[in-house]
Order: sequence, then C-alpha cells, then structure tokens
Amino acid sequence: METLAFSVDELLTVTAARELAGKNVVFAGIGLPTLAVSLAQETTAPNIEVIYESGVCGAHPSALPATIADSVLITDSEAVLNLASLFGYVLQGGRIDVGFLGAAQIDKFGNLNSSVIGEWGTPSKRLPGSGGAHEVLANAKETFVIMRRHSERSFVEKVDFVTSAAPDMARAAGSRSKAKGVTRVFTQFGVLAREDVGQELQLTGIHAGIDVDTVIKSTGWNLKVHPDLEVIANPSAEELELLRTEIDPTGMYLRS
Amino acid sequence: MVNPNLRKSKVMGLKEAISKYVFDGATVSIEGFTHAIPTAAGHEIIRQGFKDLTLVRMTADIIVDQMLAANCISTLVSSFVGNSSAGSLGEIRRRIEDSNPTHLEFKEYSHYGMVCRYLAGAQKLPFYPLKSYFGSDLPTINDEIRKVTSPYPNEDGTFDEIYVVPPVNPDVTIVHAQRADQWGNIQMWGLTGLQAEAVFAAEHSIVTVEEIVSDDLVRSDPNRTIIPSHAVSAVVEVPFGAHPSFTQGYYDRDNDFYRDWSAISGDKELLEKWLAKWIYETTDHSQYVEMMGEATRDRLKVGDAFSTPINYGSRIQ
Repeated sequence: METLAFSVDELLTVTAARELAGKNVVFAGIGLPTLAVSLAQETTAPNIEVIYESGVCGAHPSALPATIADSVLITDSEAVLNLASLFGYVLQGGRIDVGFLGAAQIDKFGNLNSSVIGEWGTPSKRLPGSGGAHEVLANAKETFVIMRRHSERSFVEKVDFVTSAAPDMARAAGSRSKAKGVTRVFTQFGVLAREDVGQELQLTGIHAGIDVDTVIKSTGWNLKVHPDLEVIANPSAEELELLRTEIDPTGMYLRS
Repeated sequence: MVNPNLRKSKVMGLKEAISKYVFDGATVSIEGFTHAIPTAAGHEIIRQGFKDLTLVRMTADIIVDQMLAANCISTLVSSFVGNSSAGSLGEIRRRIEDSNPTHLEFKEYSHYGMVCRYLAGAQKLPFYPLKSYFGSDLPTINDEIRKVTSPYPNEDGTFDEIYVVPPVNPDVTIVHAQRADQWGNIQMWGLTGLQAEAVFAAEHSIVTVEEIVSDDLVRSDPNRTIIPSHAVSAVVEVPFGAHPSFTQGYYDRDNDFYRDWSAISGDKELLEKWLAKWIYETTDHSQYVEMMGEATRDRLKVGDAFSTPINYGSRIQ
C-alpha cells in the first residue's frame, strides 16, 4: 500500500472526525473541531448539526470561518439564537451530544484550565479564561478535547486552576450533572479516552510510528495504557482528499 | 395616531450621549459578542477621559485593552479576556500579570454566569440560578458566585444546593446595531448576543447604529426590533461604529487589525502612539473612518444576501 504524507493537524482532524460517528448535535470551536465536524458530515455522521457559541445552529458557511462569530457562519445558516437561548436552552438544557474544547492544561479526570498559569491572583501567564468552556464541560453529554502539543506541561497531575470542572468533581461537590465530561483527548501521539465519570483518561489509541513510552513520558500523571491499545489507522486517501480539496482548500487551518 | 411633532426623538450625537450618560466611577456595560462591538463609543469615552469605570463585558477584547491603556477602567467584570483567536491583549496581560502600571481588579465569570447576571439585572431579580460552578475554582476567586439551597425537595426529601450570581445593573449600557428609527427602536440581525438583556438591565442606554432609518421601514418588520424605544436613552448614527468588529450586512470583520493588535498592544510605546493617532488626535469617529482609508473600507465590503420578505398581513374589513 502506498504511504500517504499528511500533517499532524490532518491526522488530528481525521481521528476526531471518526469519533463523531453517530453523533447528532455538536458544539464546535473554530479551527480543527470545525474541520473535524465537516469531515464527519461527509463521512461518518451526515446528520450532524453544528452549533457555535455565538448562537449559530446549522451553519452552512460559504468559506471557512475565522472566528466562531464570522459573518460567513450567519449567512445561509439554519438558525441564529441569542446567548440566553444558546447557553440556557441549548447548553444548560442538555441538547449537545458532543462539545469540543481546548485547554492549556488537563488532568487525568479531564479537569481543564484555560484561565492562568501559576496562581490566579499573580499569574505568570494570564489566559483568556472560561468563555463558555465551563458550561460546555458541565452540560454537553460528552466533551472531546484537542491538544496539539501533548507534553508534561499540558498533561498535568494537578491543573493550576480548575476553570472547567470534570463532572466527577462537580458531582462530588453537589452537582446533579449527568455529563460524562471529557471522553476523548486527541493529541499528536494518539487518543486518550474514558467512557464515563470516575474513570481516568487512558491511552487507548496510538498513531503509527509513535512509541508508547514517549506518550507516558510526555504525560504528567501516571498514564495507564489500555490493554486493547490500538494503532490508529492513518488518514485514508479519501479523507485527505476531502480535507484538502473541499473542506480546507486554501490550507487556512491545515498548513502542512 | 401619535403626533410626531410631540413625540421626542432620541437621536443624539455621540459626544453628547457619552457626556450625558457616562461619569467617573460609573458601571458601564459594553456588549456585542464579537459582532457589532460599539468601538466608536468606547473611543469617545477615552477621548472624554472618564476614569474609574467598572467595565462589564463578556468578551473583554480590543476595546477593553484600549480603554484600560487609556486608564478609564479600574474594575473589569468579564468571562473571556482574549483577542479572539488572533493573539494577545497586551495591556490586560501587563495589568493582571505584573500590575503594570497599576493593578486591575478582575471579577472573573464563565459566559453563562455573565448571561445570568444580565438576565437578573434586566428582570430586577436579586440573583439568578445556574447549574454551573460545582467543582470549579471560579467561586473560590470570585465571592459574588454563591450557593443557595433549593426550596423544593428531591424525591428522597433532600434539598439540592445551586449556584447563583448577582444581578448587574449598569449605570449605562452601550451596544451597536444595524439600524434604528428616530425613536430608538433598535433593529438587529445576525448575532444578537445579549444586547437586549444588557440594555434592559441598565439605568440608561446608548445605542450606536449604522443608520437611522424611517419609521415606516422599522414598522414594516417589527420582529426585527430587538430593543424597543422605551428601553433606549439615546440612539446615535455612527457608520463603521463597530470597526474592527463587523456589522452583518454592512461590513466585515477586520481580521488584519485583530492580528496587528497583538504586536501593537504588546509594546506600550506603540500602544500609546496608536491611542494618540487614532483616538486623542481625532475629533470624532468620522475622522477615524476617514483615516482608515478607502483601501481598508473596500477590503471590508460585503456582498448582498437579502432575506425574503415575509407577510405580516393586514385587516381587510
């Protein structure tokens, strides 16, 4: 078989798209999550309705959006909601199957930090903060996280600040949340996964050519490897063709 | 019929509106969720030199960075302090990371926490409950995020706790929209965010619009009015009033400017020069727009995508 050349971003996008099989309502950020949803719509999950934090539901953009509020997302979309409806009815009302998030730090239960590096009051680096991330993790049925740089600095035993709490911690503190929290983490090395609250994120999939020890060494907690660890199939010619010619033809997000 | 000669127009100039409703120490909300950010109004606050403002804004972005750099803000209430996906906000980071030149008081929330503060504010409720915050560190650094016990028992007779946030009732809320009539009926489409809630929560409100249109045009599509006249204190015609953000159907987002802001705001000297050239040394927003130049305005032009008219119907008998 011919070996295809592809970038890390293409690999992450394809892997995430495959995991969207059978999902219907997906809350996406800009960049790779948007591309993964587009690819899933053409392959594994044709019925996905994509929802953006800005209030757009069922976007059909004429060009790739630069932000979650890009004007191309509004024109030709199926619905535009105000924020009280989006956060109140759609998110808190539990309508989202999968939410996509990123973070500066993640721990083994999927607590996410997007607020600060260091102490909150005297941070060495101030990050943007929650935005809607806290509500996505608390309310989406499950959350997928894309972390382009899997390292000990981002995969940590304890996050510097819990911006978005894993439902494990939320329930222990009194929440009635039925969310599963982070169930998939896509990195340049592979996939960390868990199926429900109370479980640790384990290494369940590894990209071809990656050494398991590298992943373990790049993780700040004692990462467990799933007994059925699978080698993730490389992006297919068809998947790459869709990404390169239809979904991101100008290479806006998938620069190789 | 209302006699148009008796009804009072709410049309005002931007200078007059800002000087009438903003004051030192005021709580000012500036809303617009990436779309229709009232930048021109923010710049006029800077020109008039207001101080010690408590600035309430879900997405504290470039306009907040500029107002901070101009020393207008002493407290920030927000749920996102970032320059969209385009980079950093230099002034906010200097103030929070290094207290340089002074410390910024920051009340941090999540987005829905902010939405609920406006919902409580608009309805004059003492607080608003939401399912967020359990297990998060946010309540530990923001003592305004508190818990109450539900008065309604679960099936097993226990009572749940739930987090609540306090109302926000700004002295003045400022938003931007596509168009309005002279009475201040505000029509908006595309992303409508929480502009209506923010206006209803406030004591006074200033709405800048791309154009003031005829009464007939507004009344041909009343569902398009997201804020009715009675909630508006002043309506101001400010074309390009949301640049570098966009106004759906009028002009697009200036993504180049967002990218450039990282470098400008990262260097205090460059930032001071920017403020001088674009705000202090301009008399008003029309001069700013003039300075943007034709090439930039052309770059931000959008094509047409009209909605199909709907039929409201009329009584025949």
